[in-house]
Parts: sequence; C-alpha cells; structure tokens
Amino acid sequence: MSVAMSGLAPQGRTAMRRIMLRLATALFAVGAISNGGSVFAGTPPKVLIVGQIAEPKSLDPAAVTAVNDFRILMNLYDGLVRYKDGALEVEPALAKSWKISSDGLAYTFALRPGVKFHDGSDFAADTVKFNFDRMLDEKSPYHDTGPFPLSFFFSAIKEVKVIDSLTVEFDLKEPYAPFLSNLAYPTGLIVSPEAIKKFGKDIGRHPSGTGPFVFKEWESNSKVVLERNPTYWDGAPKLEAVVFRPITDANTRVAEMLSGGIDLMVEVPPDALAQFKDGAQYQIYQQSGPHVWFLILNAKEPPFNDKRMRQAVNYAVNKKAIAENILQGTAQVAAGPTPPAFAWAYDDTLQPYPYDPTKAKELIKASGYDGKELTFYVTEGGSGMLDPVPMGTAIQADLAAVGLKVKIETYEWNTFLGKVNPGLEGKANLAEMAWMTNDPDTLPYLALRTAAWPDKQGFNSGYYSNPDVDKLLEEARKSTDQAERATLYKKMQEIVHDDAPWLFVANWKQNAIATVAVKNFKLQPSFFLLLHDVTKG
Amino acid sequence: MLNYIVKRLLALVPILLGLSLIVFLIMALIPGDPALAILGSYATPDSLASLRVELGLDRSLPMQYFIWLGNIVHGDFGRSYSLNRPVLDEIVERFGATLILSATAFILCTVWGVLAGIASAARQHTWADRIVTISVLIGISVPSFWLGLLLILLFAVHLQWLPVSGMYEVYGGGGFFDLLRHLILPAVTLSVVATGVIARLTRASMLEVLRQDYIRTARAKGVGEGSVIFRHAFKIALVNVVPVLGVQAGFVLGGAVYIETVFQWPGIGQMLVSAISTRDVLLIQGGVLVVAASYVFFNLLADVIQHVVDPRVGI
Repeated sequence: MSVAMSGLAPQGRTAMRRIMLRLATALFAVGAISNGGSVFAGTPPKVLIVGQIAEPKSLDPAAVTAVNDFRILMNLYDGLVRYKDGALEVEPALAKSWKISSDGLAYTFALRPGVKFHDGSDFAADTVKFNFDRMLDEKSPYHDTGPFPLSFFFSAIKEVKVIDSLTVEFDLKEPYAPFLSNLAYPTGLIVSPEAIKKFGKDIGRHPSGTGPFVFKEWESNSKVVLERNPTYWDGAPKLEAVVFRPITDANTRVAEMLSGGIDLMVEVPPDALAQFKDGAQYQIYQQSGPHVWFLILNAKEPPFNDKRMRQAVNYAVNKKAIAENILQGTAQVAAGPTPPAFAWAYDDTLQPYPYDPTKAKELIKASGYDGKELTFYVTEGGSGMLDPVPMGTAIQADLAAVGLKVKIETYEWNTFLGKVNPGLEGKANLAEMAWMTNDPDTLPYLALRTAAWPDKQGFNSGYYSNPDVDKLLEEARKSTDQAERATLYKKMQEIVHDDAPWLFVANWKQNAIATVAVKNFKLQPSFFLLLHDVTKG
Repeated sequence: MLNYIVKRLLALVPILLGLSLIVFLIMALIPGDPALAILGSYATPDSLASLRVELGLDRSLPMQYFIWLGNIVHGDFGRSYSLNRPVLDEIVERFGATLILSATAFILCTVWGVLAGIASAARQHTWADRIVTISVLIGISVPSFWLGLLLILLFAVHLQWLPVSGMYEVYGGGGFFDLLRHLILPAVTLSVVATGVIARLTRASMLEVLRQDYIRTARAKGVGEGSVIFRHAFKIALVNVVPVLGVQAGFVLGGAVYIETVFQWPGIGQMLVSAISTRDVLLIQGGVLVVAASYVFFNLLADVIQHVVDPRVGI
C-alpha cells in the first residue's frame, strides 16, 4: 500500500486513501450483511423447500401435462381415487367406494361426506360433474378456461350424472379399463367450481382444491407457497408449509442442495449424484417409474421395414453401458414396451436384447442392407428425455461398429416434436422418444396400434402394424378384470419385443435427494411427489 | 434541450415498430409452434389445429401482426400462451427485478471501471497498471455464466457467506438487506465484462488528457497530483467515457439473460429465454419491446448527460 502511495504528492495520497477507505467499507458491508462464515442456518423449521426443475405452467390440473406441474398439484387437490402407496393400483380418495356395472359401461361412485374445498365451498356430486363437463363438454360455459391437452383420457365418458348429492355416475360410450387409473391421474383432480366461476381463465393462478395443502402465493419464477390444510379429510399434514422453488439451471440446483438452501431436490443430474453419497447429511431416493426411453424405427421404409434390421439394431446397441455409464445408474435397461413399474402387467420373463454385435451383423447381412446412410433425429431436451445428445451419440457409435452409417440431426424439443409426431416417412429412419404414463394401456394404445398412425391422430410415428397386437390392446382396454388384462398385456409385450418396432433402451429411475432432517418421504412409482406425511426435523 | 429530448423520445416509435416487425418475422420463420408447446408430446394434429384456431394462429401472418399492433396501441399486450396470464402482468413483475440487477451491475461496473482506469492511467507502466490490465483482460474473456457458477461454489457453497440463488429468501424473507445479500453475486458477475470495457476506455481517455499541455502547466504551478487527476484530467476524460456508458448499460441489460438463468433471478431475460422455447410470440414481443425501449432510453440519458458535462458537444 505504502509503495503505491509513495510516488504521490500529499493530495494524491489523500485521494488514494479515500479510495482505499471506500473499498474497505464495501468489504466490511459485505461481511456485515452476509452470514459471517457460519454454517447456514438452513431452511426454516417445519417448512419444506423443494427444488424443482422448472417454473410451473399452471395450477389448474386439467390444463397441464408435465410431471413438474403434477408434483405441486397432487398436494393441492384430490381425485375420486388415488394410487395406493408404492403402487400403481387405485384406492378410494374423494370417493369412498364404487360399483362397476357388469357391462363395464357405468361407474357409480359413493362420495365422501363433509369434505370442503379450500375456499369453503362443499365438495359434492355436482362439483364432480362440473369438473368433467368443463373439460369435455364444448357447450359448458367454462369450457373456455382450457385448453385441456389430456382430456382425451376421458373421451370414453358419455355423460356424468348426479344421482344425489353424494352419488355420481359416469356413463361410458364403451368399456374402458384404464378409466379408474385415469381418474387417479392429475387430469382427474377435482377443482372447486366456485373458484372456476370466480376466476375463469385465471383459475390456473388461483387454485382451490380439497388437498392437504392450501395455496398461499405464486411469485413468477421464484416460488409457489402452499400452507397446511388443518381440516384435511385424511388428517392434517405435520409440515407448516411447502415452498416449491423453480431452479432451472441444474448446477445451481445442486449448489442450493449443497449449501442447505433447499431440503429436497428431484431429478438429480446423474453426474451430480456422487456428491450426495455422504450418508450423514443427505439421503438418496430412487424409484423405478412408468417411463420408457426408446428409438422409434421407421417401419414403413427400408431398411427398418425388415424385422431383421429392427432386431439387429436392438442387438447392436450396448444398452447397459448407456444406463450405467452415461446415465450413471439412474435408469435400467428396458426389455420391451412396458415399464416394470406396472408390476401387475409386466412380463418379467422378458429379457432385454443382449449386447451382441456379431448377431447384429449376421441379421444385417441376412436382410441385404444396401449400405445407405440412415437419418437419426436427436433432440436437445424434453420431458423425460434424460440425456438425449450423449445417448444418441453413443447409439450412433454402436451402430457404426456393426456397419450402419447413421447421420444425426439434432433439434430443439419443440421443433423436434413438430417433425416427429406427424410421422417419420420421408424424413428419418430413427428418432428418439420417451413416454411417461399412468397405465399399461396408454403408451401401446397411442403408439403401437395400426389405428394410431399419425394420419389417424395417433403417435405411431414409425408406422408399426400388427393386427394381433391391435386385437390384444382392444381387448385389454375393454376388460375390467385385472388378471385378464395382465395376461393380454403380457402377450402383447412378447410379440412387440420380437417385432422390435422400437429400439428399447431404458426405464428411468427417478431420484430425489433430501437432507437427513426430512422424514417420512418416499418416492412413488407414479413419479408424483406426495408430501402429506412428510415431517422435518 | 427539451426539444431534443422530445425528438429523441418520438424517434422511439419507429424504432419499436421496426423491431416488433423483425421479431414477428423471425418467430414466423423458425419451426415449431406455440400450440405444440402447450399440448406437449400429446399433441395430435386435430388438437393442434383446434388450439391454433383458439389462439388466433390460423389467421394470416400480416393479419396476426396488425391485430397485435392494434391491441398494443390500446395498451393490450395480449395473453401469454404458455403462462396463461396477461403479458403485461408478467412483464411488469419481471422487469423490476431485471432493472434492480442491471442497475446495480451498472453502478458497480461504472465505479470500478472508472476507478481502475484512472488508477492504471495515473500509474501507467507500474505494477498497478499491469494488474488492472490483466484483470480487465481476464474479465472480458471469461464467460459470465461460468464465472457465476464459480462464485457460487466459492462464496455460497464452500464459504456459505452468501445465498446461492433467487432474489429473496423464499419463506419469511424480504426487505432491503435480504435483497442486497442476494444481489451481490449476480450483480458482480454481470458487471465484470462491462467493467473491463469501461476501465480500458477510461485509461485511454485519461492518458490522452494527461498528455495535454495544460496538465503540465497545472503540475508546474504546484497543483497536487490528486487534484490534477480528479479535478482537471478526469472531468475532461469523462466526455469520452459517458457515451460508452450508455452502450454498456444496454449490454448489461442484455447480459442479464445468462446471469438470471444461473442465479435464478426472476427477471425479464429468463422470461424471454423460456418464451422462445415455448414459441410464445406475444410474450417475446412484449419483452423485446420493453428491453429495446429501455436501451434507447439509456442511450438518450447518456447523450443528455454528455451534453451537460460538455456543452460543446452538440445535440
């Protein structure tokens, strides 16, 4: 300091001193308002701070499709039924019990008495009818509070009838086995009609349900605050409040967890998991979910119109390496189109295609592949797409090793969907895709049937067609006997596994990290974040 | 003077008009559509078509543009597709946050830049000058988001002196000091590059002035060095620095996008980034217009200040 000052005349030194003083003051101020180096007091007691991956789109359950939104919604609202703890089978919720007519066309629900919405209005049969009419009836005065992207889950409903104030009947157009499961899904959550009438289009920012937590406030891109509902019908939660913080940058989210700024974090990036392996401060949760990551193969045009080629690529790719190395164990290898999370419908005798480049080469030779370059659509992100670019690159390398020249075209998610959903014909031979569903019916029905080709409003962008599979899926949809459905789905899986319309890659194991202070938390196979029983401290 | 200000403000109108047209054209040219973003992976061609009608996207492009223009004139910025709320509500909420961040960063980069520039000019070729020069070079070259993450790691995770992200504590927070604590890291990160530019320019400007005869005269007369630097030289050098400050203000406003993402600062930059990925044309238009208007305004301010500082500069 004195060396720098020595060359200056007295006024110069005064000037420099003034600067130094200001500097010192600034640093002191930083010290004063910071925490003084002590270990962070952490988050407030009895309040759970959850780090989310994105800002919620809306808190109207009928208006959203993303798991990120579902995580908040499942704590604000209830449905007529809900998934059992740790399973994907339903149990009573707002409905105490139900009867299904023998022809499978009428579902009659006996509703729970004495339940109120957060705004004080009563839950009753007419409120149930109101909710489904809003979503499905174009003539409903509140239909314009949409759009309702997943309303097709209830397209089988013909009419909702109020039998009496605590009894409601759903009449279906045809038997539809996934109906109860769809009611347990966020799209079936019940919103207060009084709130919808009051807020109209803005209902998404003023939620009112019957759930364990009540909406307090939503500050854009900062937080959504929920407070406990002391009169919750299933027992008041112990937590005082829950705050959902959207932290879009994954590194920042990890930093918040490490510094104690959040208590619970979901969708931990695979590479960051290692930092939390210290059992003293953190607990790691993992749970296999109803998710499949695969490549759609263009079965209409060569070379994948030949089954041998489709099987060949399934042998050619080292799926274990993808799951264990790229995804760091946050996923397991997929054997077929149905995730093991649907335990009751999953064919556990099915083995994933083993990594066998030699067999792949044999099949390729047998099919007479002409060596033409293949186009592979890869995306940069998207819900449930895991790590699409490294995975796509690894797959490209594996295919090159067996003699298949593959050219990758990468697109941003929105653009990608715009290219893939209308069908791959004339555009690409392979495309990445991932689905997360709630029932073993949904994915195959929407993406594997002949009647689900893009020109018929389906998502079968690879143009797969097998009449046996079609028949099995139609039957399984109509049956209301779970054991019967299970047999049908297992047969379907065997056929699809052999036909290989997709390159089956992985089933995501969703994960979460929580501090050790968080107790009674469990990840659910549905991927829903249920916080009703959670305590802290 | 007033005439000049009014003329400049009126010039805003054609600028914003042109800008809105450019944004509209770009959004029309890039692939993907808002209906798809709303419906997500479950979008069927039918549901997309009916949603597009609902959103008014089935009309011709010029039609859509003129409808939008007509609404803007009445102060109606429209309703965001992706957020399902009025665009104006969203922008007002977010812009305040960006202003706070950018203004603080701007003050920091101006103060530090000018002081560093003066110090290195006054002590030219000494170690002080060299340190400033090298720091400035590093500051300009380092990617701001990387620097942000590093600062988070050091000050928030390792030392735990400051919070990692956000604008306030989410539960029971609020108040000036809470804001200040959250502001430090992002504002410092945002200011680094602009500091470098201002420092270099101040140094160059000062060096030029310090070479002048009247400076030599002042020194010969026995005026102290501090007085020479601050009272004589700096005021003249300022004339060259002020217009650049106007540009840097705009730069800081724009750089806020990365910083807001890294520090989860609920500002307009982050809003624009997600609006682009959801192709939310109305939100993008509203956001761009607001940012552009601020940029023009800051430059106008810089020009006015420069005129005040040096009346010889005609306006």
